[in-house]
Amino acid sequence: MPLLSIVTFLPLVGAAFIFLARGPEEIVARNARSVALWTTTITFLVSLLIWLNFDNTTATFQFVEKSEWIGAGINYHMGVDGISMLFVILTTFLMPFCILASWEAIEHRVKEYMIAFLVMETLMVGVFCALDLVLFYLLFEAGLIPMFLIIGIWGGKRRIYASFKFFLYTLLGSVLLLLALLYMYFTAGTTDIPSLMKTGLFSPQAQTWLWLAFFASFAVKMPMWPVHTWLPDAHVEAPTAGSVILAAVLLKMGGYGFLRFSLPMFPLASEYFAPFVFALSVIAIVYASIVALVQEDMKKLIAYSSVAHMGFVTMGIFALNTQGIEGAIFQMLSHGIISGALFLCVGVVYDRLHTREIARYGGLANNMPKYAVIFMLFTMANVGLPGTGGFVGELLTLVGAFQANTWVALIATTGVIFAAAYALYLYRRVVFGELTKADLKAMTDLSPREIAIFAPLVIMTLWMGIYPAPFFDVMAVSVKHLLDQHQTAMAAAKALATAAR
Amino acid sequence: MTALPALAPAYPELWLALSAMALLMFGVFRGDGSTRTVSWLAVLALLIAVALVAMQPAGSVLTFGGLFVSDGFGRFAKVLILLGSAFSIILSLGYNRYERMERFEYPVLILLASTGMLMMVSANDLIALYLGLELQSLSLYVLAAFKRDSGRATEAGLKYFVLGALSSGMLLYGASMIYGFAGSTNFAQIATALNGQASIGLVVGIVFLSAGLAFKVSAVPFHMWTPDVYEGAPTPVTAFFAVAPKVAAMALFVRAILTPFGDIAHEWQQIIIVVSALSMLLGAFAAIAQTNIKRLMAYSSIGHVGYALIGLAAGTEEGVRGILIYLAIYLAMNVGTFACILCMRQKDQMVEGVSDLAGLAKTHPGMALLLAGFMFSLAGVPPLAGFFGKFYIFMSAINAGLYVLAVIGVLSSVVGAYYYLRIVKIMYFDEASEPLAKPVRGELGAVMTVTGLFTMLFFLWPAPLLNMAGAAAKALFP
Repeated sequence: MPLLSIVTFLPLVGAAFIFLARGPEEIVARNARSVALWTTTITFLVSLLIWLNFDNTTATFQFVEKSEWIGAGINYHMGVDGISMLFVILTTFLMPFCILASWEAIEHRVKEYMIAFLVMETLMVGVFCALDLVLFYLLFEAGLIPMFLIIGIWGGKRRIYASFKFFLYTLLGSVLLLLALLYMYFTAGTTDIPSLMKTGLFSPQAQTWLWLAFFASFAVKMPMWPVHTWLPDAHVEAPTAGSVILAAVLLKMGGYGFLRFSLPMFPLASEYFAPFVFALSVIAIVYASIVALVQEDMKKLIAYSSVAHMGFVTMGIFALNTQGIEGAIFQMLSHGIISGALFLCVGVVYDRLHTREIARYGGLANNMPKYAVIFMLFTMANVGLPGTGGFVGELLTLVGAFQANTWVALIATTGVIFAAAYALYLYRRVVFGELTKADLKAMTDLSPREIAIFAPLVIMTLWMGIYPAPFFDVMAVSVKHLLDQHQTAMAAAKALATAAR
Repeated sequence: MTALPALAPAYPELWLALSAMALLMFGVFRGDGSTRTVSWLAVLALLIAVALVAMQPAGSVLTFGGLFVSDGFGRFAKVLILLGSAFSIILSLGYNRYERMERFEYPVLILLASTGMLMMVSANDLIALYLGLELQSLSLYVLAAFKRDSGRATEAGLKYFVLGALSSGMLLYGASMIYGFAGSTNFAQIATALNGQASIGLVVGIVFLSAGLAFKVSAVPFHMWTPDVYEGAPTPVTAFFAVAPKVAAMALFVRAILTPFGDIAHEWQQIIIVVSALSMLLGAFAAIAQTNIKRLMAYSSIGHVGYALIGLAAGTEEGVRGILIYLAIYLAMNVGTFACILCMRQKDQMVEGVSDLAGLAKTHPGMALLLAGFMFSLAGVPPLAGFFGKFYIFMSAINAGLYVLAVIGVLSSVVGAYYYLRIVKIMYFDEASEPLAKPVRGELGAVMTVTGLFTMLFFLWPAPLLNMAGAAAKALFP
């Protein structure tokens, strides 16, 4: 059974149903919501089959599907390994919550909105499953279109500026990847990812250029300092569910790209550029954390905290050891859930008061106790408190970085302190204090729908913090294989250099 | 007495010329009231010509003493030209009636222009090249000024004529230089005579020939006529200009450069590289400030010619394949876009402002979706067809080692994306001020849908077109 294709294209089927819906706007909107919810839920359940049937003991790609597509070495090739599988699950897991979060918040053009989200899901899942570079690029880039529309149509006041910035920034990064892709196709004669992962295909000099081209794309997507500036704008202006998808899944494509392409395909360049990435990562961690401290807008604050957290991820990946890489993957998964949940927390109060300005809030603990508890949990998880998912990834990336470069780890650790400062400061200003403003007093606590959204996220966050072993079991063999390959490539290069001398 | 040359390879051209004359007679006897009939008959004639092209035997056949060649490359381009012309006639039906320029000469002129274009594509000799080019150009000059009561249209026609005559002069001058230094006007014989060596006089000839051809494809720095003519000419004429003559001139450019001068690529490659880079950059930057959608499409076409020329700069079989794929996709996107532009009518008045599209997503959701698809495709965003056009062009550039040109190309495509996105933004994000008239005319809707589906679903099954283009490109590299 082509499980991956089913998971990938199931949302598209739902989108087609919604597209064909006709009738009075009210009814179409209601149907669109339910079809979208059902589609995403079923997609998630089907995607769980992937995890259930996943073989932890092998690093080869599983559930492989391959069929003729463009020809000349470019095929429709899908498959997952221990690195990509969890991202597929993360995507399908979060989609139903995005739909639920948009249930009442989106009032106009509901039909188009749900179509855009379902198309988005197909593209995101496809990116993580693609085992052909052209297929990957196609899906990676195509994701810009629905996201552009989501921000531009349903976004906030400066939505047009934000959507253009998002689109053009990301496009600028990706076109260089396209040229690199073509060069690789020209050199290796194929765009098949498993074949390209065999070491020794590209000369050291070519690796440098290719690595930089891929880096341009993934660094923007990640986003790394100094090309992160599109993220706060896009996050602030996007509707809640759009922010969730951006933070939870789209950013992970950058990290996934590093792991899938940069590391295995250009090992020498990765080693060579590791200090450069370290430098950018620690700057991102410290700088973004400090900037987050002075934000007046809740979403902007969380956006900057995302930049800082992604700094840990890049640092972990380029530490090039087991702890670093496993930590980075775990950090991406936990950040996907935690930042998604934080955006949903902001969405809850935004739906009630229609402002994200931190100063407008205060004292919500008095009339929204349930909300205060949930918001606190995710704030703590964002800080990286032990017992939550945030802690595990952060700790491991730091351990990994410590082995690679002590100074990097030392500076990055200060980011944890800053994180505590900005997160707790946000929490204090929103939840604690006197409840003085009249419109705040009128705000109601979480509705059952909202509790239903948060409950699974709370469970996941705690599960990932208390018993993260199942996640590491999935990725361990693949990560080990990745590192072994890297060591082999480095040894070969060293032998070659010695021989040349 | 000499025997007649073999006519079979030129059947499509002969058929078109004869049917143009027959329709002219028919029109003269029946008067302007018969325009609709003549138009549909002209479409039929074009489709029969497509069939005639398709029925030509495989391989390369020379006739008329080596002046005329029928090969895979030419046949591919001819099918595109004929389809482009047929679409243009269909697009003009409603407009011509509406704007009271319903005259039967219109489809006849398009047929004659198409005949000229087919001859251009099949030219294997500098003289045949010039004949085809002039037959095409003279018909186009008349078409540009077809709305003779409109000052803008006549201005466009005159401008096109004067500048076109200048470029023809340059081309002719270049041709005479080449004849003088190579001793022949036949492409194959020129190549033999050169034997990989180029004298300075011949290079001057190539430069003038390229300048004349660059004018015809509207590449920078010979693009100045394009925005004015596109804006001034009646919209269906602009739609026609944007597709069929572009394809023909581009195919002619490729053949006239690669067949005789393929061995001395180093002499002309720099020219094409510079022209291509400048076209892409100008197309991208100048379009940003445009408010008239036809003018915007003019700059967009300049940019797209720049991308196609990358394939010529590569000078390889892959490059030619890339050009052919690009042209086929470009044709579909432009026909579709112009079908949308022809729907822009407010209160019995055609409008051309980009801002008139505001709120289209609410008033005409289907058309907005299709136009958005065309815009994303023109910008080259995957998975739409336009991406594949760029993909194969850049592939040929990378394989030929033209890295700098490729980087300029992708960066200008990002700049270009801005103004295509702006149209999407106006349709989807802005509120409508004055909605466009409804309903969309049937034939426009049909053209839009067909080209739109091609553009959006091309990625599902790209192999047939890619293979055909590959086979066609092989013909130029025996």
